[in-house]
Amino acid sequence: MEDNVVLTARGISMTFPGVKALENVDFTLRKGEIHALMGENGAGKSTLIKCLTGINDFEAGEIRIDGIDGPVKNHSTRDAQNVGISTVYQEVNLCPNLSVAENLFIGREPMTKLHTIDRKSYNKRSQVIMDELGISVDVTQNLENYSLAIQQMVAIARAVDMDCKVLILDEPTSSLDDEEVEKLFVLMRKLRDKGVGIIFVTHFLEQVYSVCDRITVLRDGHFVGEYTVEELPRVKLVAAMMGKDLDDLAEIKKEGAENAINNPIEISAKGLSHTGTVKPFNLDIHKGEVVGVAGLLGSGRSELARAIYGADKANTGTLSVNGKDVKINQPIDAINLGMGMLPDDRKAEGIIADLSVRENIILALQARKGMFKPLSRAKQEELADEYIKLLQVKTPNREALIKQLSGGNQQKVILARWLATNPDFLILDEPTRGIDIGTKSEIQKLIVKLAGEGKSILFISSEISEMLRTCSRMAIMRDGEKVGELDRELTQENVMKAIAGGDTEK
Amino acid sequence: MKNKKLSLNGHTLLLVITIALFIVLYAGGCIAYGAKGFSHLQTFCNVLITNAGLICVSCGLTCVMLTGGIDISVGALIAMDCMMLAVGMSKGIDAVPMIIIVLIVGLVFGLFQGYMVGYLNIQPFIVTMAGMFFCRGMTAVICTDQVSITEQINATFYKWANAKVTIPFGGYVNNKGKYMAPYVRPGVVVAILVLVLIYLMLRYTKFGRSLYAVGGNTQSATMMGLNTKMIKMKAYVLSSMLCSIGGICYCLNTMAGSVSQALGLEMDAISSAVIGGTLLTGGVGNVFGTFFGVLINGTISSIVKTNGKLASSWPNILTAALLFVFIVIQSVFAAIREKSKNK
Repeated sequence: MEDNVVLTARGISMTFPGVKALENVDFTLRKGEIHALMGENGAGKSTLIKCLTGINDFEAGEIRIDGIDGPVKNHSTRDAQNVGISTVYQEVNLCPNLSVAENLFIGREPMTKLHTIDRKSYNKRSQVIMDELGISVDVTQNLENYSLAIQQMVAIARAVDMDCKVLILDEPTSSLDDEEVEKLFVLMRKLRDKGVGIIFVTHFLEQVYSVCDRITVLRDGHFVGEYTVEELPRVKLVAAMMGKDLDDLAEIKKEGAENAINNPIEISAKGLSHTGTVKPFNLDIHKGEVVGVAGLLGSGRSELARAIYGADKANTGTLSVNGKDVKINQPIDAINLGMGMLPDDRKAEGIIADLSVRENIILALQARKGMFKPLSRAKQEELADEYIKLLQVKTPNREALIKQLSGGNQQKVILARWLATNPDFLILDEPTRGIDIGTKSEIQKLIVKLAGEGKSILFISSEISEMLRTCSRMAIMRDGEKVGELDRELTQENVMKAIAGGDTEK
Repeated sequence: MKNKKLSLNGHTLLLVITIALFIVLYAGGCIAYGAKGFSHLQTFCNVLITNAGLICVSCGLTCVMLTGGIDISVGALIAMDCMMLAVGMSKGIDAVPMIIIVLIVGLVFGLFQGYMVGYLNIQPFIVTMAGMFFCRGMTAVICTDQVSITEQINATFYKWANAKVTIPFGGYVNNKGKYMAPYVRPGVVVAILVLVLIYLMLRYTKFGRSLYAVGGNTQSATMMGLNTKMIKMKAYVLSSMLCSIGGICYCLNTMAGSVSQALGLEMDAISSAVIGGTLLTGGVGNVFGTFFGVLINGTISSIVKTNGKLASSWPNILTAALLFVFIVIQSVFAAIREKSKNK
């Protein structure tokens, strides 16, 4: 093992039923560095961490740790701790009902001669540890009396005091405010200077640049590369995470209706927010316009749509439809106002797997009419046949169970469900995910056609190119916040720069 | 720093309220029924004598509740213990071997329930409910009649039951001019011993602290390297063992075995623990509080008995009111703490 390296993982592979979660991933951690592990949701960050900490048994590859001969294979968190790997998770894994000192020492308390716990001794030692790390707490107080940030730091103190060489911080900042994050960073830098190797997992790009020395990027379970912070500016980091190489991207001409912006405003959100998922945002959508929402996965794209639709009830702000203020408490209110939403997780939120294609199609329309005015069977069949034909759904017949259809066809059925309600405003969250390229372009064409018929559409997608093709305007999301809008010069490069934020140098 | 230690946090405050409530109740009883002899120390001793078994049981149950679990088998287990003692001794087995048998049965029963909860991860309510039905059923299998333990059946046990441990102060002179020294029974001595030992265990041993850790957050406790399955199992073993000890104390008081004995005693134990500040969600509580919970319930019964006119159902209603008040206070404290933390 080369000097200064405290942990290496080589060729790690891991399969979950049906999914290759990690394939041949390398990772190297050096002494006294803070190393960011980056990737979109589902890129394999958590899986890799779990392989290191013994929660997952990886299938191939090896992990080596400084000071230990031969490859290391952990089978539990305890094993990992014994070889010097400690982990602090997003949720604090401590006992709130015990004192700070007890949380530091439980399971390894100093004992008196009478084989009872030596409270005095561990209280004193705990205070020394906390003072050394510059955390001001009274260690005899219960942990629950302190803020989440302090709790997080106590967890780190426990990890560090257990002689760890590798400290893994898995999204430790996601529930902290800016000031608390800064305190945590001070602590992280202190530990780095003591020679601890820190793996830092976060989805906040800002934080990576303010505290990290090195970045490893994963994508779809593959190792993309290891970079120093200096050689990987934001735009390139985003490109690496999304898998788009700026130079390779051909500009795509958009066919969307350019002048929809002059139409009257259909939907207008002012200061709308949902605590914990999306910060207050303003958004206007004109009649017949397709507005895209761009951002990394987990940046609050879907959450923005959910706040409008009432799937997450907005905590603040107002929403108006056609200039009239409305109150949306739950999706049915939105449906009655002529909205429709195609959720991104169609398995969990969209299809009712054990109902037929026909039943899935009429679902939203029936909900809108209310349960006391059932649609006649003939009407249902007529609607089902109409949309199966219009969207070219490949199904044996309208009574086939939807779970027997392929993903793309399921998606079309859900789209049909909302089109059947004849909505004025349609939210499409990842409508083309997981479907083949041909169907994709069909759906894109359909979106443009619907807009041409005067419907307003909010289009969320991970594929910037497909939004470029359909949208006339884009809202940019970053870290749960709408950070801007682009309406001119919609190019892949500009959008990616906007998503990355901060310094936009190349 | 010194000041901070003195300031009461929510949980200690709750304990203080419980103790204060006991004192107020008791003082009230003394003022209202002083003429009927309520103010004699013997009244307090009688509360202890009646509830010696319940104190042991509640201590064990508190340990289980600290882990976030529950044990509703205790009442039925006591009935089975008493029946075993009564029938065993009437069949000629001596007191000491019989007590050992009862303790072994408690251990095995606790191991079984503990294994189900700790290692098989079955809901403690379901496991101990099954245990409850089993014990109640077994009691009837052993004997369906009421079996009394008389001096003829076992002289040793009879001697223990009637032994008096006199207290050197607090006596009074009765109307015949005779000095009556207050006394307790041996069962009370056992119960106080159990109380002190469990208090020390919870505070000063690894096992005691790990009960709190498991109740606070089981997942965290596992992450911190504690063997949470084993800890849970031990808690149920402790509960059943203490319940068997309590069963013996209970039997010394009733001197009989019967199928309908100690019906609903598990609920008395739970309510005592809750009034004493133990949270059903686990992680918070202490046997000292539980002890006062038992005393409060005992004092209420005693007051109602001394009054003589009130229906015997009043203690239940008062206990219900107390439980309600204490749960509200607990949630108010929790809310205040949340608020102060977010400041």
